[in-house]
Formats: sequence, structure tokens, C-alpha cells
Amino acid sequence: MSLATFIGGIHPPDKKELSKDKAISPAKPLKKVVIPLSQHIGAPCKLGVTIGQNVKKGEIVGIPEGFVSAPVHSSVSGKVVAISEFPMPTGKMTTCVVIENDGSEEWTLLKDNPDYLKLTSEQLKEKVKEAGIVGMGGASFPTHVKLSPPKEKPIDVVILNGAECEPYLTADYRLMIERPGDVVEGLKILMKILSVGKGIIGIENNKPDAIKAMELAVSGEPGIKVCALEVKYPQGAEKMLIKAAVDREVPARGLPMDIGVVVQNIGTAIAVYEAARYGKPLIERVVTVTGEGINEPKNLMVKVGTLVSDLIDECGGFKSDAAKVISGGPMMGFSIYSLDVPVTKGTSGILVLPEEGVVHAEDFGPCIRCGRCIDICPMKLMPSMLSILSEKGFYEEAKEYDLFDCFECGSCTYVCPSKRPIVQFVRLAKSQVKP
Amino acid sequence: MEMLKKEHQLTISVSPHVKSEETTSRIMWSVSAALMPAALMGIYFFGPYAAVNLALAIIGALAGEYAFQKFLKRKITLTDGSAFLTGLLLGMNLPGSVPFYLPVIGSFVAVVICKQLFGGLGYNVFNPALIGRAFLLISFPKLMTIWKEPTAAFIHLDAKTTATPLGILKEEGVAKLMEIFGDKINLYTQLFVGHRAGSIGETSAFALLVGAAFLLYRGYISWEIPASFLGTAALMAWVFGTKGALFAGDPLAHLLSGGMLLGAFFMATDYVTCPSVKRGQILFGIGCGFLTMLIRLKGGFPEGVMFAILIMNCFAPLIDRSFRTRTFGARKETKEKEVRK
Repeated sequence: MSLATFIGGIHPPDKKELSKDKAISPAKPLKKVVIPLSQHIGAPCKLGVTIGQNVKKGEIVGIPEGFVSAPVHSSVSGKVVAISEFPMPTGKMTTCVVIENDGSEEWTLLKDNPDYLKLTSEQLKEKVKEAGIVGMGGASFPTHVKLSPPKEKPIDVVILNGAECEPYLTADYRLMIERPGDVVEGLKILMKILSVGKGIIGIENNKPDAIKAMELAVSGEPGIKVCALEVKYPQGAEKMLIKAAVDREVPARGLPMDIGVVVQNIGTAIAVYEAARYGKPLIERVVTVTGEGINEPKNLMVKVGTLVSDLIDECGGFKSDAAKVISGGPMMGFSIYSLDVPVTKGTSGILVLPEEGVVHAEDFGPCIRCGRCIDICPMKLMPSMLSILSEKGFYEEAKEYDLFDCFECGSCTYVCPSKRPIVQFVRLAKSQVKP
Repeated sequence: MEMLKKEHQLTISVSPHVKSEETTSRIMWSVSAALMPAALMGIYFFGPYAAVNLALAIIGALAGEYAFQKFLKRKITLTDGSAFLTGLLLGMNLPGSVPFYLPVIGSFVAVVICKQLFGGLGYNVFNPALIGRAFLLISFPKLMTIWKEPTAAFIHLDAKTTATPLGILKEEGVAKLMEIFGDKINLYTQLFVGHRAGSIGETSAFALLVGAAFLLYRGYISWEIPASFLGTAALMAWVFGTKGALFAGDPLAHLLSGGMLLGAFFMATDYVTCPSVKRGQILFGIGCGFLTMLIRLKGGFPEGVMFAILIMNCFAPLIDRSFRTRTFGARKETKEKEVRK
């Protein structure tokens, strides 16, 4: 059977064996959580609490501003003790609400909805919006915005992204194994909101048990099917996934909605289900804590606002050779300089690499024009030319080579034998010219 | 929380945080290793004198690169293997019997003039080893066309001079070649093994193919250039190979003689001087094959591989530009431009 995929891509060692068999376990209760007011693409939230105020689990602490924004809720019940700046995975400082956990785990009033599929599309969308759901694959785009395409862009298929093509990460994999039914319910709600009859769950072929579990779960659902994808990075990139699953190309600089597709992450689907069914806001998520530099890799159900340092402790601490901590996967994640970084709605993994696995900013060599980057670029760009032009300061010329079509997956930098920081050159050029 | 004290030591860098193990120097040394069977066969047939010439070409290339970089206070890059490879390729492209100063001059021209003066590795327009050889052929035409018979003898200097199979083919025709080698099977066998006059490293088709297979298997070269190069040359040899008659030529004799295999697998595929875009590489290979046969059949030299590749080197950037792949999601070129405006 030939598997669905796209042209190009790379095969980094997937390293998923470190954590793939570890069932999702709840993280230990915390003394305090640090909840950022900006966890999504779009306008940051307005502060909704004051110091000293008592909040319950699920209570709003950040009020969204504008349409492209999402509310932020407390992940514990307790007392607001501080409002201060904390570093985010990207290195930027963001205002955070520090809440001391009283340990009672008392929820704010939730609305149970056993008949959630009878709600109207608008009502369901409102629930997604109120729950503060954002894309949980990493980009953190507010989900209700993605579910509100303009009238002239009809949607006919919803694709769930179960590719999880980043090495090491197993959060979505565990969710598909452990909660396949909830994933399908989430997908059905998404389909209902967009009034489409077709749903596809794309899963890379290195997760046969996830494929089996999902196939079983969708067996009674006519419009939904599971699509096995070739194991290849970046198979889970939105454009590549769409190409593989329905053979449509998102136009350059366009959006999936331009070709009738909405893509959502597996974790997001479960969050949507929980929002519709129980009215539960997005206050916790699965985080894979893994890497050769951590003692006990785990898949943890983590409260938003948990500090990375707490997760490291919970997983047995660093091994003696731990050298680098990454929020996200090794291909597109951010290395963090402080362990005081809180887990956000978009944190899919915390990866600890030992000294041995660290690629230092060694002296890179000149481009030898081997063409490897051109062969594997999923966007079919010429990364070699982009890096050469950017290195020489010819940013305008780089635009001619479709600079802004690059989504910085890092495949070119991975394969480059001269170890050229191609993605960084692309970012540099992007910062110097207008699209 | 003792571990937390470690945090100021965390390594910070931008993604991606993992990289493949491939390096430029590993590629260069692998290509050099792939050339070893052919080089050793050359030494076997043309003796220790040829081995000294081969060594001098390599030493000259390394010394040239070192001196230039030292003089300009640049980073010394001898370990990347590219100068070694250039020296080795140049040596393999020389007749075994040339005086010892020739390979040194040739590798100086190759590494210093053709490569370093153009900006070093990655920036040269032409294949350095071939520029070195072209310089020597034009400057020392006599010395560069004295071919000794392969003897597999230890002392080789008194070996008889002879003509290369291509030279015979050019001057006296196929009949003469048959007269010397007896029959076709013997001709092919001798060419395959490498028991014939020629440059040190070009004669043994078998050894070259072993090296080429290794490079193809490891993905260091791809099929596009060798296949289109050899395919075009074979087609032209078959169609136009015999004077006065069409479709009567001997493609195999052409493929196995001269520097065809060495050129197609090891020189035309040089990353720096060939197009980077795969589809463009096919056109590049066709051009190389066409020009090689044009020179062999109609030109003043018996062999055309060197000039063919050098001429096609000039076109590589243009080919890359014309064969750019369509960006994912982009509409047809012209429409795309209009839409953006």
C-alpha cells in the first residue's frame, strides 16, 4: 500500500521509543501556577483578576480583547498572589498571573451537556470560544477563529492532525491510544460547527496501534476515515498534511480555508469535546517530557501554568549531562534559557538533550551547492539560494526566491552538510524586508 | 532544587536542534575513497612513476591551498578534503609519464587560480581539476599527449609509447583498433579492466564503476548527470560514430575509453560546478554528452570530456535559474506574478 504524503521531507531519527509506552499520568499537584495572559496568536488578554482575589479552577483570569484572542482560565483553585513578568518559551517576557494552589481542586460552575450534538453550530462555536481553546500543536491560533471562515470560503472537510512528525513527541499518540472515542467526538463537533460531512484523521504510519485504535473508533461513523501517512518530517505541517490527505495544495501565502479545508490538532479535538460536553475550559494538556537528558521520560497531563522546573523534578530530574532544554520538538521548538518558563496551551513537549546531542553554533562552511536542501524542501524552495543571498545582505533578491513562502520547518538546516544555519538566514531576511 | 542551579548553564540556540551527521568533509573524503580503486589500478598498470605523479598532484593541491590561506590569513581548510580531492582528480587525469613538475603546476592552477581566487570552496565556476588539466594541456601539449603502454611492471620508464584507443579511433578508425585488440570482446575486456594507454585514473572502467556504485548507493551522487551524460554520448556514438554511415557506430567502445566514465561519474557531478536542481542536471548531462561526442567526432582533439564539462560548467547557474521548481502552492509563473502585483 502506498502511503499518502507530499514531495520532499526528511527522516530524522524519531526517538519516540523513549516515551511512547508511558501512559498519560496526571502531574503532581503544585504549590503555584504561573498563567500567562498571552498564550495565543493575536491580542493578549486583559487582566481579569486582582492580587489577593480567590479564584476557582476554570475561572477566567484573562479577558480576551478582540476577535483573534482567547480567554485564559485558572488551572487551580486558590489565591492570586502576584502578577508579574515571566519568560515565555520564545524568550519574550509576558505578564503572568501567579496563583497559589489551595489544593481543593474546586471547579467553577461547569455546564454539563450530554446532548451536545443537538446544539446549534453557533452554540457549539461559542462554547469553543468560551473555553479559550487554541491550536494545541504549537502555533496556538484561536480555534474559534479557524472555525469562522468567511461565507465565500465554503469548507468541505475537517482534517485532524495526528501526524506528530516532530521527533520525540508522543502526546497526541497517547491521546489517540487512550481516548480515541473523545477524539472522534471532538471531530464530530468540529464537523458540525463547520457543517461538513467529511472528516479525516491523518496519522503517520509509525504509529500502527494509534491507527488501529482510531479506525476502531470511527468504524460506526460514516463520514470519517483514518488516513495512514508516510513517516516523514514535516508530515504534520498543515500544508503537507492537506496535500497528503486530500491532495489539494494550499495556495502560496493562502490559508487552508481557501481550498475548503480546516485542520485541527488531536489535542485540540479533545479540548473541543470537553468544552462542548462539560463546558470545561482549556486549563490542562498532555505534555511529553522526554529526551536523553531526563531521568524518567513521561507523558503528563499538565496544568497550564506549571513551570518547566516542576516538570523536570517530576520526571526524576536532569541526568548529569543534560545541556539543553527545549519547549516543543527538536525541529521547530525553542531552547529555553530559564526553567521558570510556564507550560502554555501550545506546549506539546519539554525535551532535554544531553551535551552529546547538542549541535553547537559551530563555524559553518560555505554552501557547496550539493542541492540536498532543494531536494527535500517541502515548499519546493531553493533554501541554498535564500541562505547565500541573506548571508550577503541581498534581502530583496531573496524575495524573488519566494522567501516568505518558507514556514521554517528546518529540514534544510537538518540536511545541510556544511551545517549552514539556513533557517536563521531566512528569518534574518524576513525581518529585513516587507513581504 | 539543586538541579535548578544548573539553569544558567543551559545551552541556547535556534531550531532545528538536531542535525544530520552528513558533513562536507565526509562527502569529500568519501568521493576520494570512491576514486581509490581506479587510482590503484592506474598505479598497477603505469607503475611507481605514475604513483609519484599522483602523489605530487595531491601534495601540490594541499600546499597551494595552505599557502594561499596562510598568506591571506584565512582559516586553513585542508581538513575539509576538497583540496585533496581536487589534487587526486587532477593526478588521475594526467598521463603517468609526465615530468614531476607538471602535476605541481597543474594543482597550483586548479586550487589557487580556479578555486581560491574565485572565493574558495563553493564559489568556483569551473571544475578545478579540469581547469588544471586544461591549463597543462594547452601549455605543455607535447608532454600531455605522450602515452605509455600499460605494463604492470615495476620499472615503467622504458615502456613503449603508444596511442590511446581514442587516438587510434580518431586517426585510423575502428579497423585499426580491431587489428590491435584482435576482436570486439577482447577490446571491451581490455577497456573494462583498464589495460590500455590513457590517463592514470581513467583506464579501468571496472574500478571506476565500483567507486561510482558506492557513491550512488550512499546518495553522494545521483543518477541524473551520469545517465544523461552517458546516454547522450552513447546515442551520438551509435548514430554518428562511423564515418559515412549512420547508426553504425560503437557506443560501448566510446563509453569505455577516454575519460568518459571518470568524467560522467566523478567530475561532471561536482556539486559546486553542476546545477543543483535535479531536472536541470539532466539538461547539463545531455550537454556534456553532446559536446564530448562533438569534440571526439568532429573536433581537433581525440578526447572531449574535459572541454565539454568545462563549457557546461558556465551554464550551471543559468540552468539552475531556468529549472527552478514551482513553489508549493504557487500558480503558473506569469499569472502568479500578476496576482502579486
